[in-house]
Amino acid sequence: MYHPLDALFDLQKALEARLDSDWLRGATGGGGAYPPINVFQQGDSLIAILEVPGVNKEDLQIQAKDNAIRISGRKTIAYPDGVSVHRRERLSGNFDRTITVPMQIDTESIKAEYRDGVLALHIPRAESDKPRTIRID
Amino acid sequence: MSPQELQVQQKRALEAKQEQTLSARTFIPGADIFEAAHALSVVLEMPGVDKGNVDVSVEAGVLVVEGRVDFSKYEDMQPVYTEYNIGHYRRSFSLSNTIDQGAITAEMKDGVLTVTLPKAEAAKARRIEIG
Repeated sequence: MYHPLDALFDLQKALEARLDSDWLRGATGGGGAYPPINVFQQGDSLIAILEVPGVNKEDLQIQAKDNAIRISGRKTIAYPDGVSVHRRERLSGNFDRTITVPMQIDTESIKAEYRDGVLALHIPRAESDKPRTIRID
Repeated sequence: MSPQELQVQQKRALEAKQEQTLSARTFIPGADIFEAAHALSVVLEMPGVDKGNVDVSVEAGVLVVEGRVDFSKYEDMQPVYTEYNIGHYRRSFSLSNTIDQGAITAEMKDGVLTVTLPKAEAAKARRIEIG
């Protein structure tokens, strides 16, 4: 029997193995390393998943040009008036990050989904960039 | 106030008191705690956790918060570049007996859980008038 927690462990190992791999070749910039990003391949597409807990959907901007995608926004933390803060671990502020993927992408078809503090970008590879099988006559 | 640049916070893995029978790692959600006149609030960041997958419980004076991520969507995805790991979340806090443990409420929005712990009547600060 395959236990679902074994599946989680396998996923954690797979994510660990690709930690800061040179796939993006340092092609991330634009001001900072926030938000943290994971990039996956799914068929011909890329899926970029970013964790931005506490950010309102309205405060997130996504722009795409050529093979670069820029994710910017701000995270605000508001306490009610007159409270005393005992512990503060969460951070707030602005962010602006650009990733450049090593392939041609179809910027018109990028889809963004935001749910539970996680932003998922579905990035299709450009038709013209897909490898073609050449038949031998 | 000038806008501040957000920094990445590495996820902290939970160190279990007992040996675990399962190998998967659990993370400690980052938390803010603030106190108002009538209640204490604990705010925890658990990105990827749906509100249906959160458990908040109080047992023997300890508040335990657990959040489970749905990782089934990762099934047919191959990681090519990663900067963070994913896993379930768990954190516990000892409560003083000044909390009305039956009146605790919780709310989830954008991966952030806010637990409100109302103070028991006897624990509320009283203003003493000088006669």
